Amino acid sequence: MAYYILRRLAYFVPTLIAIYTVAFLMMHAAPGSPFAQEKNLPPEVLAAREAEYNLDKPLYVQYALYARDLLTLKGHTSMRYPDRNVIRDILAPAFPVSLSLGVFALGVAVVVGTVAGVISAARPRSPADYAAMAGAMIGISQPSFVIASLLMFVFAFTLRWLPVGGWGSPSQIVLPALALAALPSAYIARLVRTGMLEVLSADFIRTARAKGLAEWRIMLDHALPTAWLPVLGYLGPAAAGIFTGSFVVEKIFAIPGVGTFFVDSALHRDHPLILATVLLYAVLLVVFNLLVDIGYAWLDPRIRYE
Amino acid sequence: MSSAPANQPPQAGPAQSLRPAMSPLALAMRRFRQNRLALAGLAILATIVAANLAGLAWNSIEVALERPEPYRTPSEGLHPQAPSLAHPFGTDPLGRDMLARTLVGGCVSLGVGLAAAVVSILIGSVWGITSGYAGRGIDTAMMRIVDVLYGLPYILLVILLLVLFQDQWTEVRMAVLFLAIGGVSWLTMARVVRGQVLALRESEFIQAARALGSGGGRIIFREMLPNLTGTILVCATLTVPLAILQESFLSFLGLGVPPPLASWGTLASEAIDAINPVVTYWWMLAFPCGALGATLLALNFVGDGLRDAFDPRAK
Repeated sequence: MAYYILRRLAYFVPTLIAIYTVAFLMMHAAPGSPFAQEKNLPPEVLAAREAEYNLDKPLYVQYALYARDLLTLKGHTSMRYPDRNVIRDILAPAFPVSLSLGVFALGVAVVVGTVAGVISAARPRSPADYAAMAGAMIGISQPSFVIASLLMFVFAFTLRWLPVGGWGSPSQIVLPALALAALPSAYIARLVRTGMLEVLSADFIRTARAKGLAEWRIMLDHALPTAWLPVLGYLGPAAAGIFTGSFVVEKIFAIPGVGTFFVDSALHRDHPLILATVLLYAVLLVVFNLLVDIGYAWLDPRIRYE
Repeated sequence: MSSAPANQPPQAGPAQSLRPAMSPLALAMRRFRQNRLALAGLAILATIVAANLAGLAWNSIEVALERPEPYRTPSEGLHPQAPSLAHPFGTDPLGRDMLARTLVGGCVSLGVGLAAAVVSILIGSVWGITSGYAGRGIDTAMMRIVDVLYGLPYILLVILLLVLFQDQWTEVRMAVLFLAIGGVSWLTMARVVRGQVLALRESEFIQAARALGSGGGRIIFREMLPNLTGTILVCATLTVPLAILQESFLSFLGLGVPPPLASWGTLASEAIDAINPVVTYWWMLAFPCGALGATLLALNFVGDGLRDAFDPRAK
């Protein structure tokens, strides 16, 4: 197991280098200057601005310089916000916001999705099953901005139970977390239901029933861990996506998270910020995929890694 | 593994020889026809597609895109009109009929979904089959490429592709939008198909075909492809709702179809802008989102039904 983890960690390096390289090349292939918005810059000023971001140097030098800045976590100043360092002033303050919101949202999604999935698998084709699956369908069938806006309209505007937006107090986390959790909880509910139905017809469940175990113990102790395996596979990429924020939810609820910068940096060709966000996402993705694989071995004793 | 291998020689014995063997596809279709939820999904989907195409044929493009006379010169007092006999779905703030816009928008949204499905079938399944069948170094290399593309935030890929063609004509931008969404949706297909090919490659009937001297082309097209149809079909069906949702997200960013054209995503996003605590223009949100929701639900039902039909062991 330890050897397996070490090998996986070693494999991170080429993956991250490749992701960084592809992002770097795509960013340079896209037309339009990062300084297009600053109209009528005198040529000398433009040249000075470009020199500040090493745009006057050959590509491989830019490639190496940005890589060095990111590896040492020193960062570079953003092109769009010239007085802010992409790591120190932009991502470092915003990431904890997205992370705490994401952890909360993912927690809600896992609990709601698992409970709904188990209930509907326990009594297939019952009213409870149909209600749970109909709820899950809403999460899958509407864009997140519609769900977020409706939540805000109902709970903040009409009922006035919760604040409209912003960040800082615990009550402000509820609506955005629900909006973020809608899609993953729907997916998890469907995965758990399918997994449970499959497992419940397995031989070891029949054995457990024959032993006279209580039905709830069969469901939770015997069936659920196996039925949960597909959820684990889904959680890896989902966690990386949710922890790096959502542009839509952050915009609607005015939350200072990192999701905004994924879109903003690409729209404005902000080279240092693009590279920093891409690497943040990639690191989270590979780490969570590793955690998922370790989780598989923990949930399913048949799985062995060499 | 999906259903029974396709080209297995029919088993000997009098009972079997009376009836021609059914292909996996025919067997799956028979199981699909017994799934009521999936059939309902298919019916809803067919209705929506027919309504959208009828809307397109019945001149509703002009109705959907042109502002009617009193709205040409903006004056005070013009608001979105609530549903009435003349406008069953109401109108938007520019006086355009929401029924026509919902129908035209549906064509765009469904088109995006269809394009993504086609791209993921063309690129994804060819990629997956090649990778899985070639094995070894080629397999590793091809799957690493998928890993790397998967590791890039897809929104970056789409935005950079879209800005490449930002100043082009509407038609070009539409084509790029379709391809950009399709271009990020084939990765899942490639992974799933490769996994299936790896399993098939070691199966006995493929080994038998190889022992009989079949070449690579024959093994791939005659032996493997019939057993991959289900996987590919299910994956493509489930790609469509994801692509439609991605288009709506891009519309929210203002990167969707260029105005005055509409999609369900742009309509929903316009309606969200019009939401405020004082007046609710509910019809602007309810109809496009209702159509969008019904379509996505139907597609998910059909996708689930296909999966059950092709994989009878799963429930």
